[in-house]
Amino acid sequence: MKCWDGFKGSLWKTEVNVRDFIQENYTPYYGDESFLADATEATKTLSDKVGELIKEEADKGGVLDVDTSMASTIKSHLPGYIDKPLEKIVGLQTDKPLKRAIFPRSGISQLEKALEKYGYHLDEGIKNTYTNHRKTHNEGVLSVYTPDIRNACDAGIITGLPDNYGRGRHIGDYRRIALYGLDYILSEKEGEFKLLEPGEMTDETIRMREELSEQIQALHDFREMCLSYGYDVSKPACNAQEAIQYVYFSILAAAKQHDGVTISLGRTSTFLDIYIERDLKMNRITEEEAQELIDHFVMKLRIFRFLRSPDYNELFSGDPTWITESIGGFGVDGRLMVTKNSYRYLHTLYNLGVGPEPNLTILWSERLPENWKKYCSRVSVETSAIQYENDDLMRPEFGDDYAISGCVGALEIGKSTQHFGARVNLPKTLLYAINGGRDEITGKQVTPPFAPITSEYLDYDEVMERFGAVQKWLVGIYVQAVNIIHYMHDKYAYESLQMALHDLNIKRYQTFGIAGLSIVVDSLMAIKNAKVRVIRNLEGIATDFEITGTYVPFGNSNDETDQMAVKLTRDFYREISTHKMYRNSKPTMSILTITSNIVYGKMTGATPCGRQAFTPFSPGVNPMNGRDCNGAVASLASVRDIPYTCARDGISYTFAITPAALGKLQEERQSNLAQLLDGYFTPNGGQHLNVNVFDRSLLEDAMEHPEKYPQLTIRVSGYAVNFTKLTREQQLDVISRTINEAK
Amino acid sequence: MKNSETPKKVIGKIHSIESFGTVDGPGIRFVLFMQGCEFRCLYCHNPDTQNLDGAAYELTPEEAFSRMKKYKNFYKDGGVTVSGGEPLLQPTFLREFLKLCRKAGMHTAIDTAGAYLSEGVKAVLEETDLVLLDIKCIDSDIHQSLTGKPLEPTLVFAEYLAQKGIPVWIRYVLVPGLTDREDLIEKHADFIAGLQNVELVEILPFHKLGTAKYEKLGRKYPLKDTPTPSPEQVQRAKEIYLSRGLKVK
Repeated sequence: MKCWDGFKGSLWKTEVNVRDFIQENYTPYYGDESFLADATEATKTLSDKVGELIKEEADKGGVLDVDTSMASTIKSHLPGYIDKPLEKIVGLQTDKPLKRAIFPRSGISQLEKALEKYGYHLDEGIKNTYTNHRKTHNEGVLSVYTPDIRNACDAGIITGLPDNYGRGRHIGDYRRIALYGLDYILSEKEGEFKLLEPGEMTDETIRMREELSEQIQALHDFREMCLSYGYDVSKPACNAQEAIQYVYFSILAAAKQHDGVTISLGRTSTFLDIYIERDLKMNRITEEEAQELIDHFVMKLRIFRFLRSPDYNELFSGDPTWITESIGGFGVDGRLMVTKNSYRYLHTLYNLGVGPEPNLTILWSERLPENWKKYCSRVSVETSAIQYENDDLMRPEFGDDYAISGCVGALEIGKSTQHFGARVNLPKTLLYAINGGRDEITGKQVTPPFAPITSEYLDYDEVMERFGAVQKWLVGIYVQAVNIIHYMHDKYAYESLQMALHDLNIKRYQTFGIAGLSIVVDSLMAIKNAKVRVIRNLEGIATDFEITGTYVPFGNSNDETDQMAVKLTRDFYREISTHKMYRNSKPTMSILTITSNIVYGKMTGATPCGRQAFTPFSPGVNPMNGRDCNGAVASLASVRDIPYTCARDGISYTFAITPAALGKLQEERQSNLAQLLDGYFTPNGGQHLNVNVFDRSLLEDAMEHPEKYPQLTIRVSGYAVNFTKLTREQQLDVISRTINEAK
Repeated sequence: MKNSETPKKVIGKIHSIESFGTVDGPGIRFVLFMQGCEFRCLYCHNPDTQNLDGAAYELTPEEAFSRMKKYKNFYKDGGVTVSGGEPLLQPTFLREFLKLCRKAGMHTAIDTAGAYLSEGVKAVLEETDLVLLDIKCIDSDIHQSLTGKPLEPTLVFAEYLAQKGIPVWIRYVLVPGLTDREDLIEKHADFIAGLQNVELVEILPFHKLGTAKYEKLGRKYPLKDTPTPSPEQVQRAKEIYLSRGLKVK
């Protein structure tokens, strides 16, 4: 077959097996970045046009335009372009760039709120359909939530559950159609559908058959969408341009079908490198053209937009889409998986200017070649736009064809998915333990009533015992809620296109999370090693705490404190593991906050560690802002101890350092950062690191003069964001965090 | 191990610990800032380390070492540096700490004004791979008024290091109006060029990041109104060293 000319291997030709294709055909690259090409004229023109549109979007309050006339589907909109003759990779979510579509299946009231916020109104016909004729995901969830779940959500002890927005987190294997062509993928799915004809029609089989029939329909729709752009995707891609275009069409179709909170790309750079290498060898393209294809692809990903409601934006601020792409790492056979195309992806940050999306994630290993390490750290020092994850830690668990889904947790591409379950507020849980389950702000009884602690000084054993009991109650409710959400999501807002790009039988992870770990660790250490006096209001609720004596806070590499963090993580995970999961999922956990650390802070009273009421939590697993005072390594060493086995969905650490603290010369900064990563990402070491390199004064200036910094990008917990798109409150929070400075 | 019969324990008085030091020697370093210094440099940016009392940590060499050991894999191309304050005021602690680090394969450095050369200090130098030596001014009178201490002991110390062949990085803080006289920089450079063991000269432009620390201590910062040197000034100083065949950063 012509499209596969020159490709080695046989297994992948007999079954859908993208990994085998990659392993048989990719070319590791050990060289440096000197081969990279600058942006072409076409790229510059397109990039300028997009830049103007983005400015216009910002001037209009964050949303350029919304198509309220129809619900988005794979084939709902006519083709759209930025500047058709110049675009090497085509396709938009709607008929115009940055024009947002609507997704009523997730829930009508959120959609209405979102439209209202930006001055639009929901079409009456659509409202009628999704109110009177067609149930939404949100309606489904609310119809079965228990009073306890509602109370816990209202109190803010559980927050951010995907019960009124798309759950995201699936990664369709967007490479499959490029490699095999649509006809083959379709015939595979039809074959699977047939496999489920004989035998008993159990609930399980019926559901699978219904899901498959939806998947098959989605693939037919996909064909139509591609045809509308003039592409027949029936057969495999025959060159680099087609391969990139088909991959892009695949993720585009996913983004047209649902508005999930994350829409990760997967691990495409090395896959696509195989096509580019073949074209380069045959002199069918030049390096400039290869880079241009990647630039145009990435430019398109950068303008993915979803319409979000105001309360969604508080949790996930700055309009993120989490088009997470995982780059590099090693194969299980020990070969380097960095290719020239890995460099090209990072190089888009220069050719297109710095930007937060796609969420570029470097899979790090101490064994990576120096050239690549240096280039990555240069990009970090110069852009603060990329994140790092420990390949040596994740590969044994997930193999070598995994990718990061959403923020920081790994998935085997096309073979597994996640049921996203947001997170609980751990500091509030501790306060409930002290207050007999009454909310410290509203005074409302949220848990079943139990006796509050009444002593003047907190006793460690007593607090721990009650904390355990409240946690047990909370986890029970939490798992119930997440089970309900995913049952309803599958039923009312099934992501059939993404699931069509998965195997028939997939592994499912159900992901839970905790926020505010460092606050609870510090609070318990204060109670244990200092003296904490409780200040109560007239109703007897603890509203403030007075600490006498000292304790060592988390982030200073103190064994006793670090062990407390380990214990709390383990206890929470164990508690989750005792429950039954929807679709027999495997429970996992993350320590991650997105930007919800501020919202959580606002909803949480003073804590025994000395944190004042309503002030932000530190992000992710970070030590509490300003309390880690022995330097970056001590802080990383504390975080490194948290067991990955209990938190396989990710342990997110957001690190900031000034350029001067990283070294005197650029060259030194690069090598010091690379060494820091080497030290952190040992095979049993840390899992995730956001690297920010900036001076506080730069951020302060950007707050006052946002117009000077249209592309200033920073890493927050689990993603990158345009700094000027954050609210003032969020900007102040970022500035108040620990920024490592030279002494 | 806290046994009452053990001989008197060696204790290091430590002001602070930096686990990610990148400016005190090569690579990433574990830096102990020791408490106490007899110099009173007008431009001192860590005035809170001067008084020998008030250490944040009092650790035995073993305790300090075990803190470092946790982070060892971060320091592959780096090592440990003992700075201050003046580390040589606590030679017994220093020697034992550095010895432990060396034994664990770590590169060891001290950051000093080099005003002491007792037998104890010589023993420290036996365990030291690199000395970051601050020769604050080559003119005796200015040195005295700038630091409150005489220059000569430092020159003797520098000669001793040369004799022993211990690698040295020279540090020179360029302070407008105090240490920026070009004839004195030339003289300084001549002296250094005469030493065979100098690997690098670091010109540290004066900065005022220490101002807040003075305020906190309730002290007046003598150089409150001194400007920072211009990039051209720094470059000119660098060239003086470069012209003598020295490596400069």
